[in-house]
Amino acid sequence: MKDVNVLMVGVGGQGVILASDAMSEIGMNSGYDVKKTDSLGMAQRGGSVVSHVRWGEHVFSPMIKRGEADFLIGFEQLEVARWAPYLKPGGVVIIADVVVIPVSVIGSNMHYPTWQEIEGILKQYTEQIYLIPAPRIAQEVGNPRAINMVILGFLSEFLELKPEAWTDNIRRRLPPKFLESSLKAFTRGLEEAGAMRLAKGVKK
Amino acid sequence: MKELLSGNEAMALGAYHAGVVVATAYPGTPSTEILENLAHQDGIYVEWSTNEKVALEVAMGAAYGGVRALASMKHVGLNVAADPFFAVSTTGIIGGLVVISCDDPGEHSSQGEQDNRHFAKFAKVPMLEPTDSQEAYDLMDWLFKISEEFDTPVLLRSTTRISHCKTVVDVGRERKADLKQPAFTRSPSKYVMVPSNARPRRNVMEERIIKLRSYVESFPMNEMVLGDRKLGIVSSGVAYQYAREVFKNASFLKLVTTYPIPVSLVQRFAKEVERVIVVEELDPYLEDALHELGIPATGKDFIPIIGELTPEIVEQGAIKAGLLPAPKPVHKPAMAAQLPARRPQLCAGCPHVGTEYVLRQLCFQNASSPGPLKKGEVVVTSDIGCYTLGVYPPLSALDTCACMGASIGQAIGLQKAGIPNKVVAVLGDSTFVHSGITGLVDAVYNQGNITVIILDNGTTAMTGHQGHPGTGISAKRTKATAVKLEKLVEGLGVKNVNVVNAFDLKAIESTLKRCLETEGPSVIISRGPCPLNAKSTGKPFKVEADQCTGCYTCLDIGCPAISLSDDRAVIDASVCLGTACGICAQVCPQEAISEIGK
Repeated sequence: MKDVNVLMVGVGGQGVILASDAMSEIGMNSGYDVKKTDSLGMAQRGGSVVSHVRWGEHVFSPMIKRGEADFLIGFEQLEVARWAPYLKPGGVVIIADVVVIPVSVIGSNMHYPTWQEIEGILKQYTEQIYLIPAPRIAQEVGNPRAINMVILGFLSEFLELKPEAWTDNIRRRLPPKFLESSLKAFTRGLEEAGAMRLAKGVKK
Repeated sequence: MKELLSGNEAMALGAYHAGVVVATAYPGTPSTEILENLAHQDGIYVEWSTNEKVALEVAMGAAYGGVRALASMKHVGLNVAADPFFAVSTTGIIGGLVVISCDDPGEHSSQGEQDNRHFAKFAKVPMLEPTDSQEAYDLMDWLFKISEEFDTPVLLRSTTRISHCKTVVDVGRERKADLKQPAFTRSPSKYVMVPSNARPRRNVMEERIIKLRSYVESFPMNEMVLGDRKLGIVSSGVAYQYAREVFKNASFLKLVTTYPIPVSLVQRFAKEVERVIVVEELDPYLEDALHELGIPATGKDFIPIIGELTPEIVEQGAIKAGLLPAPKPVHKPAMAAQLPARRPQLCAGCPHVGTEYVLRQLCFQNASSPGPLKKGEVVVTSDIGCYTLGVYPPLSALDTCACMGASIGQAIGLQKAGIPNKVVAVLGDSTFVHSGITGLVDAVYNQGNITVIILDNGTTAMTGHQGHPGTGISAKRTKATAVKLEKLVEGLGVKNVNVVNAFDLKAIESTLKRCLETEGPSVIISRGPCPLNAKSTGKPFKVEADQCTGCYTCLDIGCPAISLSDDRAVIDASVCLGTACGICAQVCPQEAISEIGK
């Protein structure tokens, strides 16, 4: 059983916690020891949200050490840049194509980094960077809030578990009204990952 | 059955299975979810108490009545509840009484940092600390047993990373079936603490600690893990997990009973290893205890005393102290560019924004730099809640924030000191009920010449919308008796009481001006629902691009729905509360903001 360290980052209200809760339970149900912790602060008031998820044979610390995240999952671009130092050299970055401008930028001389700048920061750590059109996919399946499901689907392609381990958990977690579109979003994320990895020439 | 539970969920479930009958709390991060998770359960009484002192007094009363009771609070909540905490340590209990203190190292969501382990020693109350959710769950049963066996309240000390971390829990128990029947037995020598009764209880307290010292020696959750004998690490709480993560081969002594500590066990461990270090968060609490035993332990010379620990901080400390080899030099990436901060902020449609905008105009006269007040400026003392975010730009409208309810007393003190400026106190509805009432009574009695603004959003918003006495909503979300704030304030003797719509800038401004001109205490209740809790949302607004001159006045309210596009203000209709708020339209000098489609 390979240890898996996942850092999920975003902004309050984006569904980071739901995704990291699901990911943690899926790990536990697949036989891993699991720990997960969130840094919320006052996230409901628009601050950043960070979830550490750790799967392993026996996990001690709930927090991932800087430089040891196998996966950095970004629900928002600026937050990914902020947490980049947590990446293991050569780790995988998955980023939803979402920009949420913080108030500190509006009407001030601070500037929100361009994608090229963010990519430049990430490339200091890894070449495995996947910017995914999660908002577009979520729109297409008719559930704009299902960006987190697209991300989970995309991530699942990189891990050893069967898709059912993920979808069974999602089924239990979501209200019937959003279930079908969420599962579609998950599958589309999974397919997108397959296609993007193929295009990058990454062998499964 | 295995479940993934946060420490708070595990404590709640553990307490429920241990047969808790009465549970009380005042919401406070990181403790809030303990009571929220107990509120779902049948067969127990739960309440959001007015404040932590009342919470502990209610729990104390229940324990006097023979049932198991629990009071939970954040670290600073135990400061508020310190009086009953010491009192119940003196009287003891009949039914088990557990007090949970959730500390917030690093101040994720607090106004101060403190190590509440000192409270246990101070009040002579036994204390236990879990290192994960499994122990948090398992401990609850032990805590009630210890409480009843030793006639004492018991303190469970948690921290953010125990309370808010999910770990796998084997839920082995069900709710106890043989609960004791509630009954009160008269015993003035135990319960009536006049000096002649209190003095003998002091002996009981000291004898209790002596008995507990021998009890904790065999407590099964304290654990010695012997590896490499060169280094022995004593630790508790989440710091133990960091130590295990960082020191792969060392020997460990995990302490769950941290007051009193198991002296013989610690001494045995110290003999087993060549060198003893202590890895603990915040104060050198265990380190000092080891020094008292004559064990030459170190810790705080390389583990910081301030802030939250992380495995990385422990590792860096260990490298600095020469306990771990320095890491191989790796290619170190250039520092990331200066990235803009993402501070928490008041929400779109927040009812506090309008009042704080008026305070900015009227009391600060738009001055932004710290320094002496000019003539005509007004001091704004503030309190603890979402509205404290009004200290940040662009609102920058507050002068103080210290502890719950302090705004009113501070305002009276500033005025009585004789400063040449007027003083306004600002606090929320929940904070006012928590501990603002007594301050306001003081203003009435002592003729404080101050204005108190109660920002009434009808909920305890910051911690996630819990009910409080002003809301008429119980902890189980059923209907409760609502305390009407304006009646309460009038009843306290305030003659000048005003209720204004929190979204009506003109009304807020004229009322505040009038109150500042009047002698004696005045109160303004600025009322409007929290947008995250409101039943209805308004129709969103838009900016007419050809009318916007780019003056940016609308940016002064700091609304997250407003941003700039090509140097003109734009409103994000998906976030804007529009007709339910309307503050931006009131501040726009060009009248360029109006409802979409109108």
